[in-house]
Amino acid sequence: MPDADDSGLVARLKRGDAQAFEELVRSYSGRLLRAARRILASDEDARDAVQDAFVAAFRAVAGFEASARLSTWLHRIVINASLMKLRTRRRKPEEEIEQYLPRFLEDGHQTPPSEPWTEPADAMLEREELRRLVRASIERLPESYRTVLVLRDLEELSTEETAEMLGASPNAVKIRLHRARQALRTLLDPYVRA
Amino acid sequence: MERAYITCRELIDFIAGYVAGELDAAARHDFERHLGVCPSCRAYLDSYRKTMALTRAAASDERVDDVPEALVRTILDARR
Repeated sequence: MPDADDSGLVARLKRGDAQAFEELVRSYSGRLLRAARRILASDEDARDAVQDAFVAAFRAVAGFEASARLSTWLHRIVINASLMKLRTRRRKPEEEIEQYLPRFLEDGHQTPPSEPWTEPADAMLEREELRRLVRASIERLPESYRTVLVLRDLEELSTEETAEMLGASPNAVKIRLHRARQALRTLLDPYVRA
Repeated sequence: MERAYITCRELIDFIAGYVAGELDAAARHDFERHLGVCPSCRAYLDSYRKTMALTRAAASDERVDDVPEALVRTILDARR
């Protein structure tokens, strides 16, 4: 598995060792492909993004800081490549997120009120069909919200890193993440509440 | 004099900050005071947390697939 100690691999990459590049690609491309697929929701685009990411990494490896983790460095590169791909892809008109957000009366009360999800969290997490439904529901989110949810809650980037990568303010990222989670909750609600 | 209760709308706006532990003491107090009297908001908070947990669980069992050999070759060829 990659990452235990990549210093030898990094040294060989910096020397231009062809075998080292192949090891790098074979060790890391599965995880990078998964990250790209989460952002792009398309196998074909994800493969393109991973290819672009490795080409960028090959070019930049001479400047790789020994103190950094190779996996983290590659992860950021593939996220950037995926976001670039997302920007150049023909955009579908984005659905309005508002339809998935809670509604309120003028006095601020929620309408209709929320019904409890009575199933304990542990039992819910065990249900494979529910986890599949979560993945499908994430793909239904409007793209700009799905992207923030993926970067923050799946790829575990910080608010600041996400903001930097998206060219947004940290506060805008927080608002989008909150709305994305609310929308996802709304999509799951009819299945979980029953 | 005790302040007025925050509304359901305000509570739901603050949920992300609450679950991240980012609210200051006064805002946290207002949030929890409203929760104490509002079953709908208690249900909403619980379902919001469960949504976050389900998101993490759904992500953690996504496989890291074997990468197609053709993609590996294309990447390595692109370097040459």
